[in-house]
Amino acid sequence: MQDAEATTEPTIPTPGAVLWGKILRHKGILFGGGIVAVMVIVAVLAPLIAPYDPYAQSLISRLQPPVWLDGGSWQHPLGTDHLGRDYLSRLMHGARISLIIGACTAAISGVLGTTLGVVAGYFGGRVDTAITFLVTVKLSIPTILVALAVVQLVGGSLTVVVLVLGFLLWHQFAIVARAVTLQIRDMDYITAARMIGCSRARILLTEVMPNLMNQIIVVLTLTMASAIVIEAALSFLGVGVKPPLPSWGIMIAEGRTHIFFDPWLVMIPGAALFALVLSINLLGDGLRDVTAPQGRN
Amino acid sequence: MADAPFVSVSGLDIDLEVPGGRLHAVRDSSFDIALGETLCIVGESGSGKSMTALGLMGLLPSNAHRSARRLRVGNHDLLSLNRREMADLMGREMAMIFQEPMTSLNPCYTVGNQMSEMLIRHLRMGRRPALTLARDWLDRVGIPPTAGRLDQYPHQLSGGLRQRVMIAMMLMCSPKLIIADEPTTALDVTIQAQILHLLAGLQRELGITMIFITHDLGVVSRIADRVAVMYAGQIVEMGRTREILRDPQHPYTRGLLECVPAPGKTRPGAHLGTIPGTVPSLVGQLSGCGFAGRCPHAAVGCRGEIPALTVRADGRQVRCLFTPDALWSAA
Amino acid sequence: MNQHANANGGTEPLLELRDVTRSFAVKSGLFGPTLQLQAVRGVNLSVHRGDVLALVGESGCGKTTLARMLMGVLPPTEGEILYRGQSISKSPLAERSRHIQAVFQDPYSSLNPRKTIGSIVSLPLRVHRQGGAASIREETLRMMDMVGLPARFFDSYPNQLSGGQRQRVAIARALILKPEIVICDEPTSALDVSVQSQILNLLTDLRRELNLTYVLISHNLGVIEHMATEVAVMYLGRIVEKAPGTALFSQPRHPYTDALLSSVITPDPDLGIPTIDLGVSFPNALSPPSGCAFHPRCARALDRCQRIAPPVTHDSKGTVECHLLDVAP
Repeated sequence: MQDAEATTEPTIPTPGAVLWGKILRHKGILFGGGIVAVMVIVAVLAPLIAPYDPYAQSLISRLQPPVWLDGGSWQHPLGTDHLGRDYLSRLMHGARISLIIGACTAAISGVLGTTLGVVAGYFGGRVDTAITFLVTVKLSIPTILVALAVVQLVGGSLTVVVLVLGFLLWHQFAIVARAVTLQIRDMDYITAARMIGCSRARILLTEVMPNLMNQIIVVLTLTMASAIVIEAALSFLGVGVKPPLPSWGIMIAEGRTHIFFDPWLVMIPGAALFALVLSINLLGDGLRDVTAPQGRN
Repeated sequence: MADAPFVSVSGLDIDLEVPGGRLHAVRDSSFDIALGETLCIVGESGSGKSMTALGLMGLLPSNAHRSARRLRVGNHDLLSLNRREMADLMGREMAMIFQEPMTSLNPCYTVGNQMSEMLIRHLRMGRRPALTLARDWLDRVGIPPTAGRLDQYPHQLSGGLRQRVMIAMMLMCSPKLIIADEPTTALDVTIQAQILHLLAGLQRELGITMIFITHDLGVVSRIADRVAVMYAGQIVEMGRTREILRDPQHPYTRGLLECVPAPGKTRPGAHLGTIPGTVPSLVGQLSGCGFAGRCPHAAVGCRGEIPALTVRADGRQVRCLFTPDALWSAA
Repeated sequence: MNQHANANGGTEPLLELRDVTRSFAVKSGLFGPTLQLQAVRGVNLSVHRGDVLALVGESGCGKTTLARMLMGVLPPTEGEILYRGQSISKSPLAERSRHIQAVFQDPYSSLNPRKTIGSIVSLPLRVHRQGGAASIREETLRMMDMVGLPARFFDSYPNQLSGGQRQRVAIARALILKPEIVICDEPTSALDVSVQSQILNLLTDLRRELNLTYVLISHNLGVIEHMATEVAVMYLGRIVEKAPGTALFSQPRHPYTDALLSSVITPDPDLGIPTIDLGVSFPNALSPPSGCAFHPRCARALDRCQRIAPPVTHDSKGTVECHLLDVAP
């Protein structure tokens, strides 16, 4: 047997290298990813780099404006709130809350939704009918109202909010995972794996899942963004995480009473929330662009 | 060859903008086709055979650039036509039949609707005569008018029937040139023979000129008057079908013929001929003959510049420095 | 060739199908009744050791369904599939996988794009826990070498390989468990002619070296004539003729086989386009014609062909299902 194709062949990069190349050339990903990365670093290092204790009250220096307004000083670059707590430190610690809620919710709903979607897509038949019905039911439930009711009943805390949102935001994962699995299921490499004698679990984990990851990561980022927004909304309404935790939603709620005289109390956490959600969505949209299939190769 | 060829293509170049640079899909392609003649363009995937056809029809993808010294069909200079004039010409003067008729038939309309629409648009016929003519044409392509096919949707037809409908639709407006791009590749062998029969019969009857694109040397041998063999974007050999198949001059043509299992020629279970290696990258310039890397006879001279097409007295063109004939005359 | 010609004589078949039927439930329209589509209707077939059994027929004739049943990924609705006399219709795939493997048509969909070539080829060994990591790697490289894949491809991904190279990977994966039977489902129809001949040569060599038995599904009669020792012609879910390759190609006995063979187009400029007497309409598999399913398209159909299903004639030359055999010997 001659070495069939041994002559000078163009070196084709691996799928991973191709993907990285596209990611590094995508402006949306670089911009969104950059901001998200900065926010994550700040959140992780918040206890070390925050200038003050976010809970330390000081009634003498309450409602100090940020540095760019009259009367502001570098002592409190973003000013202080109505209890005299350093706003920058609270914002940094608030990023922790937002990101923890976003990440944990996305993780829980991701595992739940992807599992349901893959199972529905792979096995089809009655299983699929049942799970699709479940998704339909889920889609007709108003997320915010249910979250409000449950948190109201059980009492708000970080864990409760994460769990409630985790169980409310899985449908997107299920829909995407099911659709992609339906395509993968009919691929010959799945038939080949079955003929080799692979167990169902092995086929799902090693043959189906890796081909699903690109799409799931996209849904993951988008779910994270909506979880962060919903948490802020719940906290604003007073049924999310409880004060004195420095959630951005709580900060907006507390600043609300001062909105006419000190609007920056609302605008600063609002801007932070906007920037984080926007950049996560940019990242998600960008990832969808670069992982979109284009032809066979 | 007749004095004024019906189709005349000279120096056709088609480049595609791809991430790695400029891909030369077709390089310096020239051919003439006489009125009523069938030219087969044969080659493997990536050889540029479909691109040549699409380039002629002006149906290239948006990332493609076409340039040519001459591109004539009948009295029309295709290079000087704008998009509207080209669209007008297509369907009336030139028609194209694709491999998968589903891509050119609209799934939302009945067969009758689409066929009569074509006649109404191109020939300005009334609806009633258009439907009558459509029915006649279906009968002509072997679909009996009793079967009620005019009221069926494309997905209700089998692949063979769809291709028949497609042929009827394309020939209805009596074009003078048809380009058929692998029209039988997706069909079963029995259906393939029937469709080829139909196509060749109608072509002869109506005196249509045909460019037939295929990878199947068997099909080539049965319907082509002349053959152009394409490799890596270039025509490497062109001439009369019988002569090319009997006495291939280019090593690629020879290799290709040896690869096909043929009853009587290849012993069952024995080794078939192979062409080792792969097609060179079409991005950037070729250094020398595109086939040199896979050619059993390649010599130093083959790596220098691209060999020119040499024309023999009988009209055979070969793009090779060391054809059997050349070696024979040198000896 | 010769060592296989006598292999059929009386020995127990390696693989046997007994009255195998497979039907699918098909919904006609949104609220229409559910109909039974019989893709394979009572097929009897035996494959002997060393055979290359080719299944040929038009699309929709049931050859792919039959192949999937042989692969074990689709259970028969009725009938039995026997391996060395033992029914394997219901035995788990893990058990069958040591004896029967498959090579698929599309080398793009048959390799997981997320896995390296080494991991794809070695998967059967890892699933069946054959040896440690080092010996698995060694065996994988040996197999890759055997099918003509250089070792540097071990860490490559499928998208870095050409169609022919991918098909070699698929062959290596199928052979690494040392199966006896390989189901080749249109192994070369997605490939270019020059690559097709390389893959066919490889399959021929491997069969000789490893003493393999092939079930070859193809619509390309040129390929079948080149490869097959036995040919089974399928029409609308039934095998209408089965005979040794040379006999079938030189003397087709069923009118459908005849039509099929005459439609083959070889590169011969002296011959014209063959005339096929088959009519335009393809039968509806949901309601197969009465009597002989082929009679509406058969140019030589008799009166009784419409009413009575043809008898199975089994003789030294092969098996045929046709009324005409009684009429004109």
